Amino acid sequence: MTTPDNLKYTKSHEWVKTEADGTLSVGITFHAQEQLGDVVFIANPKVGRRVKQGEECGVIESVKAAADIYAPVSGEVVAANQDVADKPETVNRDPYAAWMFRIRPDNPVELGGLLDAAAYRKLAESEKR
Amino acid sequence: MTKAALRTTPLNAAHRALGAKMVDFAGWDMPLHYGSQVDEHHRVRRDAGMFDVSHMLAVEVRGSGARAFLQRVLANDVAKLGVKGKALYSCMLNEAGGVLDDLVVYFLGEDSFRLVVNAGTADRDCAWIVAQREERAAAVKIEPRRDLAIIAVQGPQARAKTWNALPALRAATEPLAPFQAAQADGMLIARTGYTGEDGFEIMLPAGHAVALWRALQVQGVVPAGLGARDTLRLEAGMNLYGQDMDETVTPLEAGLAWTVALGGGRDFIGKQALEAKPATRQRVGLLLLDKGVMRSHQKVRCATGTGEITSGGYSPTLNRSIALARLPRAAAPGEEVEVEVRDQRLRAKVVKPPFVRHGKVLVTV
Repeated sequence: MTTPDNLKYTKSHEWVKTEADGTLSVGITFHAQEQLGDVVFIANPKVGRRVKQGEECGVIESVKAAADIYAPVSGEVVAANQDVADKPETVNRDPYAAWMFRIRPDNPVELGGLLDAAAYRKLAESEKR
Repeated sequence: MTKAALRTTPLNAAHRALGAKMVDFAGWDMPLHYGSQVDEHHRVRRDAGMFDVSHMLAVEVRGSGARAFLQRVLANDVAKLGVKGKALYSCMLNEAGGVLDDLVVYFLGEDSFRLVVNAGTADRDCAWIVAQREERAAAVKIEPRRDLAIIAVQGPQARAKTWNALPALRAATEPLAPFQAAQADGMLIARTGYTGEDGFEIMLPAGHAVALWRALQVQGVVPAGLGARDTLRLEAGMNLYGQDMDETVTPLEAGLAWTVALGGGRDFIGKQALEAKPATRQRVGLLLLDKGVMRSHQKVRCATGTGEITSGGYSPTLNRSIALARLPRAAAPGEEVEVEVRDQRLRAKVVKPPFVRHGKVLVTV
């Protein structure tokens, strides 16, 4: 399953999962890691940082290039995944388990505006050659 | 964006059948990797991998006066090629001493040499060589060999696995020292490469390339793409033309003084310029001390001025970012410098390349 139905997606290729406590886990999609190639370095936002929707808040570097990670919604960063930062290759191996950081959203409406799986699949497909 | 049709090597269908991610490299449709670039890198360092480098061009330089002609055109001196089969790495310079290309020249027999030049510069190289020939060596024949394929088999087990695939070659190629080649069975097999590991580069008729590729695969030689080729050569401290040097840089500023034969009475194109202007910059290696990845064109600040990264990336062997950079002459190994990576300044240490050779790490943090 390269685009799970239970997640939300951004046009900039992040996936967003709503956790039981209402926070949102953020990672990059299968399509994104495939485009990047082997991931070798991750810089996560600091816990406590306030981010606006669409703001650059992390960097993911692969053997090929550096890519910015954007906040899918506005809110506060409440967790950053050190395990993934220590083992960046997990992003390639299991992109939907490899969450990078968690946000407590300010405004639930923003989440509703993100892409659903069907819309993201279409986007990813259109970017392939 | 409309794309002009990309050129393909005889192994194109084989790459696609293996599921390679294909990219446009200098107008050629080439494999970047076959799944994981990092895995391919490790396989070459630890065992054996193979690269399709048929996009590079072999050019025969033959006929009466060929040696004298190459002594004029190349910065290294082909007088060093005394024994048939010997290979020599050299730059080809313009009159200003700038690097037009770097290449390997093989001595095949008296008045018979073969150059292997980069894909991106092949057409320009041929035009340049032909123009020089018109001026001073009309009897020399220049013949580009697009009828040949080139497969590089690299790694500590590369030679043994090649012999398993092609037992008939063993007798002719086992005695080869590094930078020597032998002709056998319609092939030129050279103990050369671009990875810092042992191995062969095999030039053969295009029509035989797929069969050799398959035979090597059966022996456990893993296909490796241009991605791994780039990280392997970077670890080995080898320049990439167009990135670490070009016609605006002299070989003396690109870590290639050892390939320039200034001695003797020989005059070669670019020599006067090299002698007239001392190098103000030098090529060094950088080892990133902080976390992150250095990339080409990032600015480097050192005690005596600023410089630029020419090739940067992630080293799978060191599990750390490494780079080649052009810095002021005064920068010395051991010095700590700062690299501008996006909005940050990261600490790096100046080292003398290579970073890795024959599977061993040669630098320390």
